Amino acid sequence: MIPWGETRLVQGNEAIALGALASEVRFFGGYPITPSTEVAEILARKLPEVDGVFIQMEDEIASISSVMGASLAGARAMTATSGPGFSLMQEGLGYGCLAEIPFVLVNVMRAGPSTGLPTQVSQGDVMQARWGTHGDHPVIALCPSSVRECFDMTIRAFNLSEEFRTPVLLLSDEVIGHMRERVTFPRREDVRILDRPIPQTPKEWYEHYHPTPSNVSPMASYGSGYRFHVTGLTHDRQGFPTRRIDEVVEKMARLKNKIVRRLDELIEVKTHNVEKSRVVIFAYGSVYRSALAAQVMLEKKHKKVGVFRPVTLWPFPDREVKELLDEKDVIIVPELNQGQLIHEVERLTSDCVRILPVQRVDGYAITPEQIVQAALEVM
Amino acid sequence: MIRYAEMRLSGSGGQGLGLAGRIIAEAAITEDYNVCQTQSYGPEARGGSSRTDIIISRDEILFPNCRELDLLLAMNQESCSMYSSSVKDGGLIVVDSTFVDQLPAGNVYALALTTEAVSRFGNALMANMLALGMVSSLVSFFKPETWRKAVGVMVPARFYDVNLKAFDLGVEMGGELVKDHAVRKPVAFDRKQPVPECLRRRPKQG
Repeated sequence: MIPWGETRLVQGNEAIALGALASEVRFFGGYPITPSTEVAEILARKLPEVDGVFIQMEDEIASISSVMGASLAGARAMTATSGPGFSLMQEGLGYGCLAEIPFVLVNVMRAGPSTGLPTQVSQGDVMQARWGTHGDHPVIALCPSSVRECFDMTIRAFNLSEEFRTPVLLLSDEVIGHMRERVTFPRREDVRILDRPIPQTPKEWYEHYHPTPSNVSPMASYGSGYRFHVTGLTHDRQGFPTRRIDEVVEKMARLKNKIVRRLDELIEVKTHNVEKSRVVIFAYGSVYRSALAAQVMLEKKHKKVGVFRPVTLWPFPDREVKELLDEKDVIIVPELNQGQLIHEVERLTSDCVRILPVQRVDGYAITPEQIVQAALEVM
Repeated sequence: MIRYAEMRLSGSGGQGLGLAGRIIAEAAITEDYNVCQTQSYGPEARGGSSRTDIIISRDEILFPNCRELDLLLAMNQESCSMYSSSVKDGGLIVVDSTFVDQLPAGNVYALALTTEAVSRFGNALMANMLALGMVSSLVSFFKPETWRKAVGVMVPARFYDVNLKAFDLGVEMGGELVKDHAVRKPVAFDRKQPVPECLRRRPKQG
């Protein structure tokens, strides 16, 4: 089913479906929405072949809830959506974070707000991915820039969600999702598939939210003989609602620490010539490709710029941005929105650094020429 | 062997340009090119104007959209007028003269592809294969067998024979067109302006 080791022409969304199948996904609950529909379409065909379940729910709230139910019963589960569907899923996403349910949520970003430009590209959901659901909560979000990366990052998203027992977001966009590229798939034996931590304790001693050094509790599945309770109320180690200060504080600290104490495992950035350049382009997703093309064009004009790309958008690579970008003269931040991650860059750099936005919200990709023009104004 | 090329196939939704684009992309992969294919998405999939862009390159493809076209296939007037200005100097324009009557300036090859498809196969849908065959004979991107193999990979098995027949006919028609162009090209417009054979002075004999 997965063309391991082969070279093929593959679409971005197709690569996400293949990556999910490579991660042994066994449940997809969703509601088709442009531009993410291909993920659902392919899994609807393929999941029954591997004894998996595909279900089209009545809306996105039900979709994400069904995904969480499947995951609690032990299946690797996912959903895929876009703009308006992502808004509806925020409620379930928060539930998944608090109840510590692993699953993967793919958001192929399209232009908003509201129905917006359904068939066109945007990066408008970046801050929503971080703060869309209410309350303090951990978030892991990955952002692919090529079709091969769609495959790899879907597997990584599943691995992280199982390993950290938390929902993981894959923030693709319409350009990457609908693009077809030559992809050489890795060999099966080179790919690592991780499982959620399994309880080793006797059944009667089991605690669904037992504190551990890594802050990730081993997780039993419904139907395996272990008894536990799941709720959206803040809960104790057994999963029952609590208002006891010590239990609430322990729970909230554990939610935070399971992410922030392991940033080294989570955060990935890519840099090209950043150390040697005074001007750096900060770009992610499909815009990263425009940034690289702009770098090549500027090189031909004998202008040196670097490119910095956060591969993990959330948690934000604070340390890397501080270390690599704080001494620069100019940071150009091209984004397909009216300025979202640019504020994170501003937060982490001193006032001496000039931050230059290049923004586009008309539903078309930022061209390398736009970035080159911005760069030439300051070089 | 070319290193980099940008191609755009454009026309009305339903003319099969997405499929034609995927065949070109598949052929490119067979010949070990990097390839990136995008196509217009939305209501145009059922009528209206539609396009598919293919970039092939020996190097990594960074920006995935076309900017300076090496090849434009225009299967209706609207797309021909819209995109012919994006073709770079020396780039090739192939038009279906069934629907295009105002030809753009430049290196243009026109043929009534849809009319031909209807008369030969009784099916306007074969026009995309005719176009593809024609393109394959006009450009030297890939080997002929690569093209035919790519058609086999992308076209459903039950339609393979008729599609391949249309493709081969396109190759033939394209070949004749090239011959015509070669004959029609006036000598005076040839950059090198060689002296015609009949006027060339011969070395004295003896």
